[in-house]
Amino acid sequence: MTTDFASATAESPFAEVAPGCVRRQYATLFDSIATLTLQSGAKIGPVTVAYETYGTLSPRRDNVIYICHALTGDAHVAGRNAPQDRKPGWWDGFVGSGKAIDTDKYFVICANVLGGCQGTTGPSSLDPQTGAPYGPDFPFITIRDIVSVHNALLDHLRIDKVLAVVGGSLGGMQVLEWAISRPERMGAAVLLASGPRLSAQGIAFNAVGRRAIYADPLFNEGRYYSSETKPRFGLALARMIAHITYLSEQSIELKFGRRLQNGDQFAYDLRAETEFQIESYLHYQGKSFVDRFDANSYLTLTRVMDYFDLTEQYGSLVDAFSRTQCRFLVVSYTSDWLFPTSQSEEIVRALIQARRHVSFCELSSPYGHDAFLIEAELPKLQQLVVPFLDRAYLDLRTGQA
Amino acid sequence: MCAKRIHLPDPRAAVTNDLIIRQIEREARVLDLGCGDAALLSRLHSEHACQVLGVERDTEAFALAMERGVPILQADLNKGLAILPDHSFDYAVLSQTLQQIGRPLELLHDIFRIARRALVVVPNFAHWRIRLQVTLEGRAPVTDNLPYEWYDSPNVHFLSMVDFRDLARRGNFQIVKEIPIIGTRAVNQALFANLRAHSALYVLERSAGTV
Repeated sequence: MTTDFASATAESPFAEVAPGCVRRQYATLFDSIATLTLQSGAKIGPVTVAYETYGTLSPRRDNVIYICHALTGDAHVAGRNAPQDRKPGWWDGFVGSGKAIDTDKYFVICANVLGGCQGTTGPSSLDPQTGAPYGPDFPFITIRDIVSVHNALLDHLRIDKVLAVVGGSLGGMQVLEWAISRPERMGAAVLLASGPRLSAQGIAFNAVGRRAIYADPLFNEGRYYSSETKPRFGLALARMIAHITYLSEQSIELKFGRRLQNGDQFAYDLRAETEFQIESYLHYQGKSFVDRFDANSYLTLTRVMDYFDLTEQYGSLVDAFSRTQCRFLVVSYTSDWLFPTSQSEEIVRALIQARRHVSFCELSSPYGHDAFLIEAELPKLQQLVVPFLDRAYLDLRTGQA
Repeated sequence: MCAKRIHLPDPRAAVTNDLIIRQIEREARVLDLGCGDAALLSRLHSEHACQVLGVERDTEAFALAMERGVPILQADLNKGLAILPDHSFDYAVLSQTLQQIGRPLELLHDIFRIARRALVVVPNFAHWRIRLQVTLEGRAPVTDNLPYEWYDSPNVHFLSMVDFRDLARRGNFQIVKEIPIIGTRAVNQALFANLRAHSALYVLERSAGTV
């Protein structure tokens, strides 16, 4: 095994799973015969996709909810892969039996994105042509390419149309792209804390994060997989910067304030790097991130996010949304400054102009961009998502969608 | 001591909705500002094939609207309607809401940026029972329709039909129809309407030459 990240794809897809646990599954798509042509024109294949499913597919195969994860998420939405796992999936409070996205009712699918590092083909995977990890030679990908792979997974699972596609942040961009480029394949879209493009300010933060990685001496122009040491410092720093953009002034104030990490006295020593609790928290976020994420994937996926711009791609948002067929639920959060409410409103205005079925709500929260992932915020979101999905499912079954 | 409530029929009841529906042709695009649980829009959609959209501030009503399959935006009418594009609707409904808006004329102007016609139902505070209450008790009126003490009422303006006609002269719109609602009946013409009607429906149209 070449790297920590590539090793995930080497697990047996038929591994035993403990009762009550969810199994990560793998599909190999775009084999050497049918390679995937990317938006850039480059070709790639085969593509391995890591995905998880929850609940039971209905006999009519009409109860599928596809969840698109955000920048650093993975296929593991809910539950545990093994009983000893310390934490459940990233949206365990929202997805599961009796929860907002109720797996007693719906069949939920979530796949790690193309370009990721958690089981799906990405820069840390082996390039079949060289036998070595792609590294910086991994082809340039876009949101549309990611959505193409999601759709290929549906083909593989023999699912024609999903009831709904749900996603927040970068996941929301996938929802939008899916609704526009594969409109016949979805009945409803749930878009959380997202936008039709990343703002220039968002690109600025991504740029600093990428620079931190490039500047790490161990980065070695992306060819670090064969060495013992990875560019951990740069990646951790990138995560620390990005993490600030996921919080809000208010949430940092509430959680940490100016409280000190050690006692109540300043150290008056520049070598004491962790004086305040917020520093300790960010260091922890950076440190734990590098254990599960690959620097080249981070570069790839932040660029995916930077490039996404529906206006640029389709002429105007109204033209883009004129291609859609599904109904939309758009949700933003008051304290989100990475994807502020104005971005969601821009989407809603264009959808109304394109005469599409759209509901929109700005939820009040102190938790910033991350609010849709915060346990305490989920009941408010549930109040919107449950009736929306219920009705979409009812209309689909009665042919009124 | 609270002022005594005067009983008047519920203006959001079926009679008003029926009246509103009669003004709207099939397949029209209809916006309901302050749509509550979206009962009106649900009927317009299912019975008259209208394309509908609700606007409501209350989140509980929001969930009810989605259960009915009616698209809805959560917004505060006092903060403007910037989220709605120009000329995107045929009709805007504003039922028993105008008296709760801080700057009604500004809202009406914004409505005619968005819609060609507006159906506005307003309470008539010149109804004879309200006049009696004010005159005899010397108290601000509290009715079943508007069951609020003056200090916690969402109603910030108290207008009569005569006042509304006056407002219309200052707007970018004109009154096409005035339909007083007396008891549980809507009447096209009524003697002493300003005394007898508890509410009135106005069909308003964007004035020619205004955008």
